[in-house]
Amino acid sequence: MTRPITSSQTIGPFFHQALLREPWSDRAHDDPRADIMTIEGRVLDGDGAAVGDAMIETWQADATGHYNHPEDRGDGAARGPGFRGFARVATGADGRFCLRTIRPGPIPAEGEALHAPHINVSVFARGLLKRLATRIYFPDEPLNQRDVVLNAVPPARRSTLIAHRAPGGAGQRVLRFDIVLQGERETVFFDI
Amino acid sequence: MKSRAEYRRIGPGIDPPYDHAAYTSTHKRAPKNPPVRIAHTLSEITGPRFGAEMVSAADADLTHFAGGEALGERIVVSGRVLDEDERPIANTLIEIWQANSAGRYAHAADQHDAPLDPHFLGVGRVATDGEGKYRFVTIKPAAYPWKNHHNAWRPQHIHLSLFGPAFATRLITQMYFPGDPLLALDPIFQSVPDAAARERLVCGFDLETTVPERALGYRFDIVLRGRGATPFERPGAGGGR
Repeated sequence: MTRPITSSQTIGPFFHQALLREPWSDRAHDDPRADIMTIEGRVLDGDGAAVGDAMIETWQADATGHYNHPEDRGDGAARGPGFRGFARVATGADGRFCLRTIRPGPIPAEGEALHAPHINVSVFARGLLKRLATRIYFPDEPLNQRDVVLNAVPPARRSTLIAHRAPGGAGQRVLRFDIVLQGERETVFFDI
Repeated sequence: MKSRAEYRRIGPGIDPPYDHAAYTSTHKRAPKNPPVRIAHTLSEITGPRFGAEMVSAADADLTHFAGGEALGERIVVSGRVLDEDERPIANTLIEIWQANSAGRYAHAADQHDAPLDPHFLGVGRVATDGEGKYRFVTIKPAAYPWKNHHNAWRPQHIHLSLFGPAFATRLITQMYFPGDPLLALDPIFQSVPDAAARERLVCGFDLETTVPERALGYRFDIVLRGRGATPFERPGAGGGR
């Protein structure tokens, strides 16, 4: 016996108090082995205009490549203390968002294979009737060459999934990742 | 080993398309390229788990705020969160938001000329119990105009956000009310292609949920994606993962 699933509807523009009433992000410094970084970017529409009412959610593994979830059968002790791996932020009026997080490790795949480190992203906004799913990959990562998901993307569009280094303050690691909903540099979104 | 099957793909007609001409805000925000279909990996079958630890008792009652009682028609909304195989999804968080009984959100971006209610924020939370059941008390939201087209009005609705067990099961939806004449005219509701799927977004009046002398009751079940039969990857030779 199966039941059909419930349809998606847009988040609309009025979600902030309900969905962002407390900070959702992990405190990145909780993981002592973490490679802490800031990921910043803008959400842009088909005219290149700022999308000022989007919500971004991220889901990622910890520094050792383990997800905080029972179906990741990795050694729980390998996880940083209290690292949940989830963050949720809203864009500002200028379309900007900013995430402070740690670089996830490579994710073990079938056999001895590894998935390249990545952060899973959901984008919600007025005008999006269902979420958009994408991934943030890291620059200068040798595993990107062999990553099954990156390789499923037409080569010309792969670069939209890879963050860029950006100038940061002293000792700060800053990556830039813009999310272009529509147009020439449209970000690759996934049907999951 | 534990089941590591993919989540089932969403069937045709259930989810709206990104590009829906009648909903103006989709025009510049819908991607032009079709999404790239990927097989599920650990990244999609895991996900953040939120439940009762996120919720206080007051979160399930939207009718009291800032020391007073909200104006409007008090209602009870209850139902179950299930997967496609009708297995209950226990201890999962539902986030709730809505307009007040005059059709106004307590939100700076809402400029509709209707009164705010100092005792209604329109924000709530519940977690499902061990059988996937949830229940909250609120005020019936009113319709409001939204400038999508001439004389456009959103039907009465409540926004609901759920995580479920995995990144693949994330859902944000809206619950509508039976008999609302605006449903036939609403581009957002009508963006769901399948008529039966649209009907499932409409709650049902329920006398059993109704609290005598207190509040009308409505039932609304939410069904998230279930697991398929085929494992997505074989375990490694060492069995470590």
